[in-house]
Amino acid sequence: MKLARDTWLIFQRQIQLLLRNPVWVFVGVFQPVMYLLLFAPLLKPALNAPTQAAAYKIFVPGLLVLLAIFGGLFQGFGLIAELRAGVIERSRVTPVSRLALLLGRSLRDVVSLIVQAVIITLLALLFDLRVFIGDLLLAYLMLALIALMTSAVSYGVALKVKSEDALAPLMNTVAQPVLLLSGILLPLTFAPGWLQGIADWNPFSWAVDGTRALFAGDLGNDKVWQGLTIVAVLAVAGVVWAARQFARSVR
Amino acid sequence: MIETRGLRKSFRSRAGRETKTVDAVRGVNLEVAEGEIFGFLGPNGAGKTTTLRMLATLIEPDGGEATIAGADLRKDPAEVRRRIGYVAQGGSTWDESTAREELVLHARLYGIGKAEAHRRAVRALDAFQLSEYADRKCKTYSGGQRRRVEIALGIIHEPKIVFLDEPTTGLDPQSRAHMWDEIRRLRTEGMTVFITTHYLDEADALCDRIAIMDHGEVVAEGTPAELKREISGEVVLVGLDAATTPKAAELLDTEAYVSKLETVDEGGLRLYVDEGATAIPQVLRRLDHAGLDLRSIELHRPSLDDVFLTKTGRSLRES
Repeated sequence: MKLARDTWLIFQRQIQLLLRNPVWVFVGVFQPVMYLLLFAPLLKPALNAPTQAAAYKIFVPGLLVLLAIFGGLFQGFGLIAELRAGVIERSRVTPVSRLALLLGRSLRDVVSLIVQAVIITLLALLFDLRVFIGDLLLAYLMLALIALMTSAVSYGVALKVKSEDALAPLMNTVAQPVLLLSGILLPLTFAPGWLQGIADWNPFSWAVDGTRALFAGDLGNDKVWQGLTIVAVLAVAGVVWAARQFARSVR
Repeated sequence: MIETRGLRKSFRSRAGRETKTVDAVRGVNLEVAEGEIFGFLGPNGAGKTTTLRMLATLIEPDGGEATIAGADLRKDPAEVRRRIGYVAQGGSTWDESTAREELVLHARLYGIGKAEAHRRAVRALDAFQLSEYADRKCKTYSGGQRRRVEIALGIIHEPKIVFLDEPTTGLDPQSRAHMWDEIRRLRTEGMTVFITTHYLDEADALCDRIAIMDHGEVVAEGTPAELKREISGEVVLVGLDAATTPKAAELLDTEAYVSKLETVDEGGLRLYVDEGATAIPQVLRRLDHAGLDLRSIELHRPSLDDVFLTKTGRSLRES
């Protein structure tokens, strides 16, 4: 199938370039590791958690979602460099599927996110975090869908604004409220009613709740399927929108 | 091979609160025959690149039609893409990739199988004398090497037509001459080559036929020789001081052998004559008789710049 083949070609190329310079995967994981080591220890007393492990069960899923959101949202920068080098235009004169141009790149982002998530999870194991492997894989699926969506959106916006100077403040402006309203750092159960009301409209808040439920081993919790459905729908919408940007004129 | 009718494109640009519509291409009609090197000559901003990008399916025309290698540009752009190659002006290679990787990937994007893509890459590297650097990163290449990689990319799928947007801009004279040879080689291989250029010598030496473009319109079309022949006769350039120019113009304008006279801005005259060899002594005699000193006198056979000048009223070098 043409789409699958084309996506694989683009993905392969992107992974090859990533492996040539894998330092970025580790740079990306540096900040969350710092949170894990330097911020998480405050949580047991702050959350009144019975054990350190319990605090990590709340904090680590949030941290992973944070990583997926931010990792994805800033992928557009690489695309702007590619635009400038003429690589995108060169692809667009070939019959390659436009959706594949996007998917190949976004899948690379998903893979590098999963690698980062595994690193964080392994480190968290050292702090007595324990998760069932099945639940963990479902949580990774949630993260993959989030990264797929945020990276696709980032690519779409990058194609529209075409400049790093515009992309950086734009992504920061979006990311900050999304981050604060999703209860990533502290659960929103502490939030006053009005804040919770707003957060209910934030899809990432649902994703965080779902991921926390999975880490808690509560597979039957409604938040799991709700979170997965919401991010899956948004990921599809993001991909469709961004693929259309790839199909349209790009200078 | 290429036929366009009334191809149009305008862009909207916003400066402050005002929106301005710029007609970049206003109704271009072209016919390019199979196996020729066709050149688009014109100053920067004439609409050459915009036309090329429309033909290469990169931007959608606002109006008009085009048939490219038998495929309809408006109805079947996907088929056009399969049949053409396009090499952009600003480059198209990635710093961190090697020429071989780029060639293989690009061939595969055209649907060519893995083994065949590798074979073609080897052949292209060889043909463009790039084998030596094939596995070095593109960022280490010289300007000329990089341009050769880009042209090799544009033809890796053996298209019927290849569009080259200003293929020699920014190259040193030696690399330029080399690139001309490469382009001629493409024609020998049966490809139709469509280039844009703002170099007169390039259009003259390289192209079988050219279209001169200015302000979004084709103002002249033909072989370089035809176009030059259209400007009948030769030009005598008389170098004069700005002060004496009007007086000399007055004197010479009435001479029978001067078919047209133009004043050069910084002083001097441009005389259109049938035969320069007989006109020059007469000009000298006339000016000498009137006591006007001249700084220089030059005989000028028509160049493409003269063609440009007569069609647009400006010199290409000035625009």
